[in-house]
Order: sequence, then C-alpha cells, then structure tokens
Amino acid sequence: MAVPRFWREIPNRYNLIGTKCGNCNTVFFPPRSVCPKCRRMGKLEPYKLRGRGKIVSYCTVHVPADGFEDAVPYVLAIVELEEGPRITAQITDCNPDSVKIGDEVEVTFRQIREESQDGLIYYGYKFKPVSNPPSEG
Amino acid sequence: MDVGIVGYGVYIPQYRIKVEEIAKVWGADPEQIKRGLMVEEKSVPGPDEDTATIAVEAARAAVRRANIDPREIGAIYVGSESHPYAVKPTATIVAEAVGATPDLTAADYEFACKAGTAGIQTCMGMVEAGMIEYGMAVGADTAQSAPGDALEYTAAAGGAAFIVGRNGKRTIASIDGTYSYTTDTPDFWRREMRPYPKHGGRFTGEPAYFRHIISAAKGLLQQLKLTPEDFTYAVFHQPNGKFPLKAAKILGFSKEQVLPGLVVTKIGNTYSGSTLIGLALILDNARPGDRILAVSYGSGAGSDAFSLTVQDGINNNGDATLKVMDYVNRKEYIDYGTYAKLRRLLVR
Ligand SMILES: [Zn+2]
Repeated sequence: MAVPRFWREIPNRYNLIGTKCGNCNTVFFPPRSVCPKCRRMGKLEPYKLRGRGKIVSYCTVHVPADGFEDAVPYVLAIVELEEGPRITAQITDCNPDSVKIGDEVEVTFRQIREESQDGLIYYGYKFKPVSNPPSEG
Repeated sequence: MDVGIVGYGVYIPQYRIKVEEIAKVWGADPEQIKRGLMVEEKSVPGPDEDTATIAVEAARAAVRRANIDPREIGAIYVGSESHPYAVKPTATIVAEAVGATPDLTAADYEFACKAGTAGIQTCMGMVEAGMIEYGMAVGADTAQSAPGDALEYTAAAGGAAFIVGRNGKRTIASIDGTYSYTTDTPDFWRREMRPYPKHGGRFTGEPAYFRHIISAAKGLLQQLKLTPEDFTYAVFHQPNGKFPLKAAKILGFSKEQVLPGLVVTKIGNTYSGSTLIGLALILDNARPGDRILAVSYGSGAGSDAFSLTVQDGINNNGDATLKVMDYVNRKEYIDYGTYAKLRRLLVR
C-alpha cells in the first residue's frame, strides 16, 4: 500500500469513521458517498462507529499474505457491527482454536503491518474478544 | 495551584512470562530472583502491539473516563523510551486516534521512566496559564532488555494516560503541588541505533533511584508543609518491588500506604508507565479526601513528585473503563521461545 493512500484512510482505519444516510439511517463502512437505497434523496454524513459487534464468519490463516509471516496462525473474520455494517478484520489477542461464530468482539488499535524494517508502520483497527464489557457511555 | 486530573486510563498487554520461565533458560535460581526483585511475572506486548498502540488504548480510556469532547484537548505529550519511530512522533498517532486533531500541540518526551510525569507537569503549566482547556500526558513503554541481562526479569510493557484540567466538578484529584529533583547521573542509558540499554549495575540504587526519589519527595513535603502522616497512599516508581518499599521506609511511609499501588510484582516494570499505572491503581480504589503522594524516577536522572487530593469527581463515570486490576488479571502465559519471537530476539 502506498503512503498517500494509507494517510487518506487514517480516519477510517484509526477511528472507524463511516457514513450514515440521514434519509434512511443506514450506516456504511467503509464510508460511501452515495446511499444505494436513497440515491439522490440520500444525505450522507460522517459517522463514528462504536466498535462493537459479533463474528458472523471467520477463517484461520496458516498461509499468510506478504508481511504477515510472523503472525500465523491468525484469524480473519467478518464482524457485524452493532450499527449494521459488516467488515473484514483480524481478530487479535485470541486463541484461534477457541474463536466461534457469534463471539462478541470489540475494536482495538493495533499495528496492521510494517512496510519493512525502515518503512512506515501501518496502524488501524483489529477486533478482540470482549473481556469485561464496560457499560454504555 | 488550580489544576487537577479529570480523566485517566491504562493499558497492559495480556501476555505474561514468569520469572521461572526466564530463569530456566539462563540457569538461574528463580526463587532467589523472585525474592530479590519481588517480581513474579511481567507483561509482554503482543506481535501487533508497540508503544503507540498501548498509548492509544490508554488515551482512549482516559477520554472516556473524563467524558469530555476530545477536541477540547489542546496538548498531548507522550513520554517513552521505546517510541516506535526514531523520527516521527507517537503523539500525533495518539492525537489522531482519540480525535483531538488538528487544533492542538503535540510532542514526544524522553526521560527514561519519568517522561510521562514530565508531560503532566507541562500540561499543568499550560492549563494554569490558560493556554489550553485540557492537556493529556501519556507514559507508555515496551521495554527491551538484552537476553540474559538482569533487566530481562522485569522489563515489561504497559502505559497510562492522564488528562489535566482546571479544577471543577469533573476533577477526580486536584494537584496540590509538584516538585522535581534532577542531576546528571549516568545510571542507565541506550545509545542511538542500539537495541538494548546498558546500566551501571549496583550504581542504579543509592546515587540514582534513592537519592532522586527521596530528594524529590522531601522537597515536595517541605514546599507543601506536609508530613507522611498527611497521606493516605504513596506510590514510587517501581523498577522492582523492593526499591519503592525501601524508599517509603527511608521517608517514613508505612507499607500500608505503599502496597495498594504496588503492581510491579504482577506486571513487571512498565518504565514510563510504572508510576502512572501505580497511581491509577490507587485512584481505582480511592475516596474523596484521600491524599496521594506520587514520585516518578527517570534514569539519567530525575524525579517528579506530586501531591494529589481525591475529589468528588472520582465517583463519576467509574464504569466507563477497565480498571488496572482487570488488565492485571486478564493474562495469557507464554514460554521463552514465544517471548523471544514476540520481542524479536529471534528473527528469521
Ligand atoms: Zn439512505
């Protein structure tokens, strides 16, 4: 990934900033600029997701993508967020053997990868099992 | 002084390695080490954690606890001796991740283990001067140690963030005063581009840790005309369990005042996080009216002493974040091989 693209995506990658349609209340992540339901009637505004959801599907990766060699085995999951959007993310701080569909997870800020020993470090969201849920607010 | 703590948060990685596991590799006697250091196990950062990720988690918790709009934070200082980049601030990553950008000033601090408390003092001055509404200081580290070095039993990972603001209804603890004691003392250092620190062995005790901690504490007590009996709790930098208890004894503080904030036995020395996590642990259990002495120590060398008085704001919003003990008790043990891989002592 190029440095400029990473930089542009910092708000979404760090803070799960998506968009919400003011017309139909649908939340999108990654952010969309047009609501597919409302089209021209849609009013999309930036919207910060709370970062909680549950695993709807996952797989354990043993043959890693470039740059993830030391992370195997790791869990890639589709997480359905409370607000509706489904996103693909790594599940960290977990034992891959004990991950299940339906597990509640929360967002955490982690290194995603580094370009090289002297390159940029890409930070962003991963999810981890909810340990001791703090109350609302 | 009209400033205080309006929010705080901590983060400690979940991985732990026991003293026994390290001692086994180097043929050392674990019981002797555990007795000598009063440390049983230490925290280890996960493969995707570093000082920036630890600082962000602690900072986000502090903002939730303070229940403020992060855009009101006018300054962020991150103190560490293990910033992920040699050039490129950790503080900008934290500022972006808590949503405080772009209307603020930010910088990284370095002063061994006391860079976080130096940040608190900067924020105090800026709030008191009316330059900013709130300032956040973070102390976080993923401390490295050479394999087989005595530091390997204690060098740990963790961090804490404190938000400073003018005294008011949000105040968790008002700051009665601060005093620092600083000299040029070469007890511990790491040269540029070198992975592991060097230290002066026994030299790290008397002329370094004890001289600075005790002088800073005495200076503050004198300035505020207080005695050890005026304090409910005291927390001193925790490179191991023995040093803070000995410093307390020399100063006339009891074990009962120090043990409630002593967390090094279970997580090791979190360097810039050490004094601040100890202070957070005390605040987790404190009540309005309690007075706390907190004294950090940074090699090289200096100590910052603070007197804090707990206010009614301590009862606000306590469920918004995990407590220090939640993190201490959430753990996953690893063996030395995994530790060596996570700390990049083994690289393929
Ligand atoms: Zn719509």
